[in-house]
Amino acid sequence: MNATHPPAVPPRDVDRVLPEPPNGLPRPPGELEALERAWEPPRGIRFLTETNNNFVGLWYVATSLFFFVAAGIMALIIRAQLARPESTLVGHDTYNQLFTMHGTIMMFLFAVPAVEAASVYLLPNIQAARDLPFPRLSAYAFWAYFFGGLFFLSSIFQGVAPNTGWYMYPPLTSTQFSPGVNADYWLLGIGFIEISAIAGAIEIIVGVMKTRAVGMSLDKLPVYSWAMLVFAVMIVIGFPAIILGTILLELERAFDWPFFIVNRGGDPVLWQHLFWFFGHPEVYIIFLPAAGMVSMIVPAIARAPLVGYRLVILALIATGFLSFGLWVHHMFTTGLPKMSLGFFSAASAAVAIPSGIQVFSWIATVASGRVRLTTPALFILGFLFIFTLGGLTGVMVAVAPFDWVAHDTYFIVAHLHYVLVGGMVFPFFAALYYWVPVASKRPLSERVGRWVFGLMFVGVNLTFFPQHIAGLIGMPRRYYTYPVGMGLDAYNLASTIGAFILASGILLFFVDLARTFRPGGESAGNLWGASTLEWLPNGNYNTRSIPAVASRDPLWAQPNLAREVEQGRWYLPGTVTGRREALVTSPIEARPQYVLVVPGPGWAHVLAAVFTAAFFALLTVKLNYLALFCGVAGIFCVMWWLWQLDPGPLREPADIGGGLILPVHATGPVSHSWWAVIVLLVVCGMIYLCLVFSYLFLWLVNPTAWPPAGVSVPPGWAGMAGIGLYGLSAGLVWWAGRILHGPEQRPRAVPLLLGGALLPLLGAGALDVWGQLSVGLDPKGSAYGAAVMTMVSLQLLYVAIVVLMLGFTLARWWTGRIDRVRRAVFDNTMLFWLYSAAQGIVALAVIHGFPRLAGGL
Amino acid sequence: MTRQTPAPRAAGRTSLFRALPRAALALAPALGGCMGPQSALNPAADDAAKLLLLTEIMTVGGALIFTAVMIFVGLAVWAPPRWRGWLARRETVVAGGIVFPVLTLTALLIYGLWLMRVTNAPAPGGDALTITVTGEQYWWRVHYPAEGDAAAFATANEVQVPVGRPVRILLEAADVVHAFWIPNYAGKVDMIPGRQTAIQFTPDRPGQFRGLCTEFCGDQHARMAFDVVALPPAEFAAWRQRQATDAAPPAAAFTVLGREVFTRSGCGSCHAVRGSDAKGELGPDLTHVGSRRSIGAGLYPTNIGTLAGWISGTQQLKPGARMPSYGSLSGEELRAVAGYLDQLK
Repeated sequence: MNATHPPAVPPRDVDRVLPEPPNGLPRPPGELEALERAWEPPRGIRFLTETNNNFVGLWYVATSLFFFVAAGIMALIIRAQLARPESTLVGHDTYNQLFTMHGTIMMFLFAVPAVEAASVYLLPNIQAARDLPFPRLSAYAFWAYFFGGLFFLSSIFQGVAPNTGWYMYPPLTSTQFSPGVNADYWLLGIGFIEISAIAGAIEIIVGVMKTRAVGMSLDKLPVYSWAMLVFAVMIVIGFPAIILGTILLELERAFDWPFFIVNRGGDPVLWQHLFWFFGHPEVYIIFLPAAGMVSMIVPAIARAPLVGYRLVILALIATGFLSFGLWVHHMFTTGLPKMSLGFFSAASAAVAIPSGIQVFSWIATVASGRVRLTTPALFILGFLFIFTLGGLTGVMVAVAPFDWVAHDTYFIVAHLHYVLVGGMVFPFFAALYYWVPVASKRPLSERVGRWVFGLMFVGVNLTFFPQHIAGLIGMPRRYYTYPVGMGLDAYNLASTIGAFILASGILLFFVDLARTFRPGGESAGNLWGASTLEWLPNGNYNTRSIPAVASRDPLWAQPNLAREVEQGRWYLPGTVTGRREALVTSPIEARPQYVLVVPGPGWAHVLAAVFTAAFFALLTVKLNYLALFCGVAGIFCVMWWLWQLDPGPLREPADIGGGLILPVHATGPVSHSWWAVIVLLVVCGMIYLCLVFSYLFLWLVNPTAWPPAGVSVPPGWAGMAGIGLYGLSAGLVWWAGRILHGPEQRPRAVPLLLGGALLPLLGAGALDVWGQLSVGLDPKGSAYGAAVMTMVSLQLLYVAIVVLMLGFTLARWWTGRIDRVRRAVFDNTMLFWLYSAAQGIVALAVIHGFPRLAGGL
Repeated sequence: MTRQTPAPRAAGRTSLFRALPRAALALAPALGGCMGPQSALNPAADDAAKLLLLTEIMTVGGALIFTAVMIFVGLAVWAPPRWRGWLARRETVVAGGIVFPVLTLTALLIYGLWLMRVTNAPAPGGDALTITVTGEQYWWRVHYPAEGDAAAFATANEVQVPVGRPVRILLEAADVVHAFWIPNYAGKVDMIPGRQTAIQFTPDRPGQFRGLCTEFCGDQHARMAFDVVALPPAEFAAWRQRQATDAAPPAAAFTVLGREVFTRSGCGSCHAVRGSDAKGELGPDLTHVGSRRSIGAGLYPTNIGTLAGWISGTQQLKPGARMPSYGSLSGEELRAVAGYLDQLK
């Protein structure tokens, strides 16, 4: 079967006028060779410095599968321990470490990285982009994850792994009840995963919005890209809550700041809100990319366009929205008012609707075409079975009174594994079978694939179905053993047998993968007769030329596309600067805007990742000075990496085909770097919002002690002065930006204004600290002190970052690397500076204004 | 919706759904747990019965929907083209993915919200028996306040309640978060440091059940259970009367030695035996420990043998519990202490 084989149902959204390839034949000699040269991977040890998404994506997926196996083995030990009652196979301590690590690794080191990894590989291919817009950033995210993940995993072999559940509820995780380093492994170990996930999310948002095939408007964007966009936005909104939560808990553990300690005004429930505001969306963060994959695979196996494309897109967006409104359903048993339970109960049930839309869209698509029961198809059908069942039990637990029964029992264990195995693992295996031919010269074996599917399907159901009943008859979660004579024995034994059947299926998969996987420049071809651009002939540079698309199913709508693309008849058939390039397109219509010269291999980002991981690792094991050294080294490496960026226009605007002349450099809101900084600032803003939420939450717990006796709010004039200074600083920076936009190439006022803007910024920061110290604020004494000191400290951290960025900017200025055209570094510094000043103003308004306002109530 | 007082239901209510597990019980011994002492499928109080009906309705409804979806999937793959054409429309997506779920979920939500109001609800008339239970690593401190003629008293790892009278249990936590669950009676409620939560239900038949901690609380979370006994009102009153009295001094020489060893070993610095010098408050009150059904928070039945084993091997039987092992006691001393405790009926 090949791309020219017509689908069972032709796409109906095809533009009336098909675009014509802009370039004629033959292509100029040396064009293809230059392209190949630019994308040639470095050899030997320097291969590790490669940033090409085709390689980084594969390393990334492979590493995530490694952690999947590691956490799976832990699950098998857990199941072996529970095979019979009163078992002494592993002790309680090992067991508690195992279930904590199983959950944490599956969530943080497998599921999220795996879907990010898959998108690093797939997104550029699906959008016919040469690479992601920030290849070094994704390589950095990968290496930080790789080293940090291995370090985190090592804790189980030392017997000091986290042992308090993947949700880390204080006060059990506070120093008093968990004095060892176990909890620190979790808090700091998850730190680099958060950094890695945020880096990936920025990459994906900018990648989906800015690097697409020509004419791939939002209406023609593949569902997978949509899903990844929603996924990345959800990470940007959701991860800040857990970032702040881990910061607060680590501050409490390291410095005794009592955010969660009751007798000093803290409240353990604050952690639960922060954790689940991240934790519930996390489930959809895992599910949406998988759903996006299913929406790509189903049309290919049915050989028909997706039925209800717009409904599916709406469903993805609705899932993203709703998922932030139902975190409290993890807290139905905490004794919250029934009024709020009702609201969250309704929202939790409502999230079933978008999933229903997608399930019926897939059913309708299958019905409209003619399915061949290949291995990917079997995994899709298995997914529909498992996921539907998990979704229905999800509706059950959304009903709060039933959740009071099922909560923290094996019913929930069964439900969540049905949803996650059904909603993520099965689609992921379908995706592996489906997309391996893009990366490998040989596809996986269909015959073995049937066995893999059969074993996994039977295994999953035998493992998890009995757990529904076990839960209802009184088997709570996280019990390392259970008594004889409670009727639990048979269910547990069945689960254990099922787990080993599931594991045998997965083992068989890896055997086949090792046997057949042959990565390399060429692919097995469009095996399934699919319609999307990743099935174009590819090389290290992805597609030879970048096509204009006329449909959501371009390979079906434009039958000659594959040949034309390979001949170089479409846009950017070579390299115009001799370097690696990507085509940047407009966010809505995907009109070409400029040619982006993407950075290639280098050591800086690899070392930066090593030092980032080392920083967190050494902090965990309390080697603080060494950690500090690695932190500084990491920052130095990041600067080294950034120094090489923003090369400025390397040449005059170039013809990328058919007389389309594009610049090879861009700045301001049109540029990829502007977008990335804006997304990063949204992350920063969300972290701060969570901090303000925590401040207000702690006030609700201590309304009469805000501030507590013996502490007062710093004088009002200090607050007003601080606000004024932040405003002045922001104004000066903004003015410098205006001047740089003027006619002069390198206006000398710019460095002067930047230097001048630093003084009020430092003054405001110092005033913050002085004000709090002058009134005797003690962060250890009360939750008020801890919350206020955190706000002040975080602000100081931002001021420090601005100082670093200013130094970097001035260094670039004095070496002639910034002018009115080449100004990305200046713009990024300006954006971050303006944000920091705004955050400082908000902080002062809250710290000074709120207690006075609340005191007057 | 107006507030409704649910009609009292006979304890022996039979329904198709409840008959099913019983029929299955006869067929498969594996299902024995359904009728067990810690099963939500074997209700013995008003709340658990309502929750079981909800469970049954949703299970049957869910099974029907699941079957229907799977039939659609099967048809989409294997049915003749005409049938498949009927499925392959945008209307299928709208009907199956929007209209049907909106209708069903709305109905379910209304039922759920109503049920939420009438479960774990304060008893009308305020006639509830109030008990305070505090979760501690890894046992349950139980306090019955004074009420009428009955004096206040403390006990541990055992909750006894009268049949037919609403019970209101106030829940607190001494150290970390725990959760309180009596599957046969009601849903579960967390016990959170710094907060007080509550659970309310009315036991509807006498019986012996088991309660559990369901929020992971550390090393021995799995060994943090308690006994629940529902008694006819008169028997409950008698039990309460007995529990409020001080411990009688030991009569036999053997148990007198036991008390001596108990005092000498410093047991009284953590445990209280009312009517003796032992006034410790860190650990469970032992005044009537011999009358309780189990020791070690639901771990072993109470008898001299298990008591002796527990005292000498606490850290082997329940590693991580707050009580050290008293392995240095001689065999005779150990038997004497166990005998002393066992006679504290």
